[in-house]
Amino acid sequence: MTDFPDHWQHRTPRVRLAIWFGWLCLVALFVWCWELMTARTIWSFVWDAPTQAADIGSRMFPPRWTYVENLLVPLWDTLNMATLGTILGVILAVPIAFLAARNTSPFPLVTRPVALFIIVASRSINSLIWALLLVAVLGPGLLAGILAIALRSIGFIGKLLYEAIEETDIRQVEAITATGASGSQVLTYAIVPQVLPAFWGITVFRWDINIRESSILGLVGAGGLGLNLQASISTLAWPQVTMIMIVILATVVLSEWVSAKVRQAII
Amino acid sequence: MTSYPTTWRRPPQIFTDRRWRIALQIGALVYLVFALGTLDVNWARIADGAERGLRFVAGFLQPDFTSRWRDISIGLVESLTMTLTATVVGVAISVPIGIGAARNITPRWVYMVCRSIIAVSRSLQEIIVAIFFVAMFGFGPFAGFLTLVFGTIGFLSKLLAEDIEDIDESQAEAVRSTGASWLQLINYAIQPQVMPRLIGLSLYRLDINFRESAVIGIVGAGGIGATLNTAIDRYEYDSAGAILLIIIGLVLVAEYSSSYLRKFLQ
Repeated sequence: MTDFPDHWQHRTPRVRLAIWFGWLCLVALFVWCWELMTARTIWSFVWDAPTQAADIGSRMFPPRWTYVENLLVPLWDTLNMATLGTILGVILAVPIAFLAARNTSPFPLVTRPVALFIIVASRSINSLIWALLLVAVLGPGLLAGILAIALRSIGFIGKLLYEAIEETDIRQVEAITATGASGSQVLTYAIVPQVLPAFWGITVFRWDINIRESSILGLVGAGGLGLNLQASISTLAWPQVTMIMIVILATVVLSEWVSAKVRQAII
Repeated sequence: MTSYPTTWRRPPQIFTDRRWRIALQIGALVYLVFALGTLDVNWARIADGAERGLRFVAGFLQPDFTSRWRDISIGLVESLTMTLTATVVGVAISVPIGIGAARNITPRWVYMVCRSIIAVSRSLQEIIVAIFFVAMFGFGPFAGFLTLVFGTIGFLSKLLAEDIEDIDESQAEAVRSTGASWLQLINYAIQPQVMPRLIGLSLYRLDINFRESAVIGIVGAGGIGATLNTAIDRYEYDSAGAILLIIIGLVLVAEYSSSYLRKFLQ
């Protein structure tokens, strides 16, 4: 006869031991990483932080409202950077998405891996890093920002779009093929109409993210609001920093609202 | 008798009204003309940069891992440790906030407080947060750590709160009807339901935090981003290429292993 435990427990002792061991490992790893990370931290700066924060806070208010006049052109630049970057990104991403999708890739063995690699490489590098590289190559300015946004967008749009293409209804493709349509006709009449709503949704979504990102690309010299932010921080003009942040926040909230409305209307 | 068209035309899909379509097309065209008009491109500078661009491509194809390996390894260790500690601390903080932001188990005022914390954390970009933390806490990975914690809180609490709001109410009801206290309710009704998702989200956030840690170094918050920034400032494109390849590789490993682990856990 087995002896039953006198009270109910969720897990067997062995599993509980394993879970405890897992937690122990996590804590040990955390402590080890913490030691490594803070090895060169200057703690007097850290303890000093509340006074620094209070100091910066007191300098930041009130925001310099009149500075907004100087921000209109950078704001326009930022919006252009995001929009033109998105357009360029879409133009580059659409063929890549069609090459990457299993059902539309012309030579799946060759084109799929190449297209997937482009998508992954573009996705794993943040647009700020792209901008850093492009500013070094092309010089500071809007063009570097537009290209950075476009390069980062390729991965995002490409990935979502190729997934949408792979999820298309095969029966419609078969119906069009049965009429004797050529390959390009199958694309335009069977696949494109099915992915079009997803395409516009993805594009608007990416545009919204790009507005967010383009507002800070200026930090590395790619133009737009970030340039003013960088200049104001370097000269310790904190009231201007507050004003710029208000403008960025308002733009981001507005673009998010627009994108949500558009996506709601489409999907 | 109406005359039927002899050829079929594909009906428009999204904007069915012809006038809307034309207005939108004209609007887009006008915008493009204006936007491209204000874009002033310095072609001479770009021509100068072409040579540098080629050197960069060459550096990317022949990455130099060895000559700056000490800097690169310091940056990598900073990035990786920053990522792990920030994720652990971020998860630890966002669990109570996430519970507080779930409408079905908390009083209204707690809900409002927690939701506003989430809103603040989500609306500020990590780079801007990093700038402030660097100004307050000095240069180095500690500022980066705080930035990542800040970002993690907004992300995880929001998703956790939504998860808790979506739980199967009947299980909570059953536990409540045994006379369980609020803590017991969390422990026996909520936790088992959301735990797999929470682990999955934490792993996903680990992945995101590593990507972010590569970026916030640009404004001085430590990590591999700082090393990359230095390499580009020194025009050492072969080292920069090596760093970028390491970032791409690590992001790939993180992405695939985190998605594999998430599939395995769910």
